[in-house]
Amino acid sequence: MSSSNRVISVRDLVKEYRIAHQGDRPSTLAEAVLARIRQPMGATNRESFRALDEVSFDVQEGEVLGVIGRNGAGKSTLLKVLSRITEPTAGEVRIRGKVASLLEVGTGFHPELTGRENIFLNGSILGMRRREIERQFDAIVDFAEVERFLDTPVKRYSSGMYVRLAFAVAAHLNPEILIIDEVLSVGDAAFQEKCLGKMQGVSREQGRTVLFVSHHEAAVRGLCNRCILLSGGRIAAEGSPSDVYRVYRGDASNVDFSEKGRTMRAQGAVFRNAYWTVDGVPTRELLPSHLATLVLEVDVNTDQSFSVEFLIRDSAGQPVAFVPCGLIYGYTHTLPTGMYRFEIDVDLPIMASGEYSLELISGIPGKVMLDQIEHALRFSVNAPLLGSEGWDFRQDRGQGCLTMNVRDVRSSAQTSARVRA
Amino acid sequence: MESNRTVVAGTPRETVIVPRKGFNAIPLREIWEFRDLLTTLAQRDIKLRYRQTALGIIWVILQPLIGAGLFSFVFGSVAKLPSEGVPYMVFAYAGLMGWNVFQSTFTKASNSLVGNSGLVSKIYFPRLILPFSCAPAVLLDFLVSFGFLIVLLLAYHIAFTAALLALPLCFAFTLALAMGLGLMAGSLMVSYRDVVQIVPVLTQFLLYLSPIAFAASLVKERAGHVAQLLFPANPLVGIMESFRWSCLGRPVSDWGAVIYSGVFALVALVCGAVAFQRMERRFADVI
Repeated sequence: MSSSNRVISVRDLVKEYRIAHQGDRPSTLAEAVLARIRQPMGATNRESFRALDEVSFDVQEGEVLGVIGRNGAGKSTLLKVLSRITEPTAGEVRIRGKVASLLEVGTGFHPELTGRENIFLNGSILGMRRREIERQFDAIVDFAEVERFLDTPVKRYSSGMYVRLAFAVAAHLNPEILIIDEVLSVGDAAFQEKCLGKMQGVSREQGRTVLFVSHHEAAVRGLCNRCILLSGGRIAAEGSPSDVYRVYRGDASNVDFSEKGRTMRAQGAVFRNAYWTVDGVPTRELLPSHLATLVLEVDVNTDQSFSVEFLIRDSAGQPVAFVPCGLIYGYTHTLPTGMYRFEIDVDLPIMASGEYSLELISGIPGKVMLDQIEHALRFSVNAPLLGSEGWDFRQDRGQGCLTMNVRDVRSSAQTSARVRA
Repeated sequence: MESNRTVVAGTPRETVIVPRKGFNAIPLREIWEFRDLLTTLAQRDIKLRYRQTALGIIWVILQPLIGAGLFSFVFGSVAKLPSEGVPYMVFAYAGLMGWNVFQSTFTKASNSLVGNSGLVSKIYFPRLILPFSCAPAVLLDFLVSFGFLIVLLLAYHIAFTAALLALPLCFAFTLALAMGLGLMAGSLMVSYRDVVQIVPVLTQFLLYLSPIAFAASLVKERAGHVAQLLFPANPLVGIMESFRWSCLGRPVSDWGAVIYSGVFALVALVCGAVAFQRMERRFADVI
């Protein structure tokens, strides 16, 4: 519709953080005073870092916008600026309507206060008026399933109850615009589903505008009608969730094997490349119950015996399988300095279809880690429909199947009927 | 989907977020809009303080009472300092009442940001709400200890005077002074945690440099020239004088000191709020 339906407009938004190098940043008053005396014109050896780099976009009324991107892409900073927690360095944001933002579940919850008191505390922290909380009180308690423990201090709650109560308060906010950071990853699966259902209700039935950050692809696809992809503080793609996820995968599969892509300083056995091959052909799609080969290129510069391990994560980032070459299978290597190519055959089990990522770790077993790259390789498993029913095995049903064998089934009347699977 | 959208009466307010520069006005209207948060936070503090204590609110009386007992023993019985004709116990209690308003406001306000860093980094609200929400608990304490003052006055047969009516004013100026200093200390504390250490040391200094355990007139009589010159600079002198005047009906030895304190308190409050607003924009990034 017309531009009068635009509720959020973001123009050339920049958020710059100044990062001082270690030891430079004054953390005590005395150091700060000394630094001012030494350099009266202000510190010069500070480096600035742009968490958001000229971001512009619009959100229409009633739209559910997903914001996706890798860790450190600027998603949370964007939400913080939009919810006015932190100020932009340059640019402008215009928001029409009342905003409530939920950047963390249970902010302001106090362990000593009872469930009832925390509902009021948390509600007013999230911007609800007292009357509003009173009106919604029963619904909140109902949703959280904690009525028996309302007058117990929340420090005695189980972590599940705590999270349920915290989310329940947030779920009953009634703003015109709702800003949500990765908060659906809490609680058990059943509660997550309930939260997702609630969010769907908020956006579809009540027509509220929602900005939603998540690593949970299914949730983003289920809730959002549009997505933006942030990468390095800039908008890398904008459009329908499936289009943006296609770009995201392409973007994410080009993993940075340079120094920047690591959280640690790599040395000794440094990964330079990683990819899967099936029958000698590189691929990013694997078939379950087939043999695949992981090819690693490793820069070796240590005289000690090292090993490589890898960890497979599902699309939500949860570890699903560990392939401990050294730790359990005992493959360690002592090699002269140079570049090596490892080919590791993996007999894949039945896996759920969907996106996975691979974390690479090298180290001297039991002593020191040499290199670690978290999402070194993204790949997908396209499981064909399984069994005679053509069942689509997806990640919400678990990530793999155990090998099994129904050895014996007999009636209690001892009639034997042997079945093999 | 369009049809069953909740329609909000009137046109929704437009919020513009741009980098701020220089002086930031104190967002009084916004603070008013967030008044529910202010009262909820204040309630939280009050509820929490005496939770899991056996004596509860009695501590509010017990603390100054023990302090006054200690002062009247050390300064009254042992050192035999004069107490302007009032029993030392009551004399010290009236001083401590005023001191407690100052001390707890200053300490709470300066710790309010760092102590609620979770809120500051995850939720938007006018940050002044945090130090301001400390005040109701202080007021409650003051009312309880005032109730006990009445008991003391009756027990010692001290006459009530019309000056007692000015006590709310004394309270307000003490609060303003402590809040102003607390706002400055609190916003500095966000970046420099040294202030966490400085605040208790400073309050301890002030406790002994202000006429709480002793009478202000004593300094005039016995202290040296330098001390006589510096002593009136302490804004708490006038504050304590006014408290004793109001509670005990003692004549004020120096009205100039009282006026100085009042002006100092208002200036401190304004400067504190301005400094706070200037530093506010960095709080979430640094805390």
